[in-house]
Amino acid sequence: MPVIIDTEENTVIAHLSGEVDHHNAGEIRSDIDLAIDRHHPKKLILDFDGVTFMDSSGIGLVMGRYKAVKPFGGCVIIENTGSQIRKVMRLAGLDRLAVIK
Amino acid sequence: MKILNEIKCVFPADSRNEGLARSVVTSFSSQLDPSVNEVGEIKTAVSEAVTNCIVHAYREKKGDIELVARALEGNMLYIKIRDKGCGIEDVKQAMEPLYTSAPEEERTGLGFSVMESFMDKVSVRSKPDKGTSVIMTRKILSDKSDA
Repeated sequence: MPVIIDTEENTVIAHLSGEVDHHNAGEIRSDIDLAIDRHHPKKLILDFDGVTFMDSSGIGLVMGRYKAVKPFGGCVIIENTGSQIRKVMRLAGLDRLAVIK
Repeated sequence: MKILNEIKCVFPADSRNEGLARSVVTSFSSQLDPSVNEVGEIKTAVSEAVTNCIVHAYREKKGDIELVARALEGNMLYIKIRDKGCGIEDVKQAMEPLYTSAPEEERTGLGFSVMESFMDKVSVRSKPDKGTSVIMTRKILSDKSDA
């Protein structure tokens, strides 16, 4: 499973793992969107702790989820990114849409 | 520049092979003794180029992707990724940051920007209906202080 989802009050936490590329992004996206539709979270936490690789498909994934939670005032928080992943995120200016911890 | 070693592999344009292409390049480049950061950046550039072949060149249709990796004199890595897909009408536009022809699939239009940031040189040759070649080079530095 490339993503495990936990929910708390007003918060959805998605623990991603493995390689976030075009091949895996579709499954991750639909799992997270299912949780967003169900819980309308104020906070969506994307935990990258288990992610070993990410390319621009991961950027699309984060931007898309930002758009998904925005209509009901939700925000996106990105946690536990390694240096390769942070470099790709910075390149895309993702820090303007999400809090990167 | 003198070629010290070379591999060529051909694989179908199937998204499962994005990871395979990254592994092949990671293994091949180990002879140039890259740092962890360098490997990470090279893998990302390769992933972008191969994903472009699958998403854009073949548009999920069948076709082959050819990957050539060379170790060149001067501790230089050369990578060519070639497809025989639809080709790019306007290469300059395709390479502009945030330009994408597939926004509905959450493609960000950052593929070429990532390749250009992470490799020293990126050149693209393309002919509509014939296909596209992306050639990227990067000098692997002996300094490992960034690892």
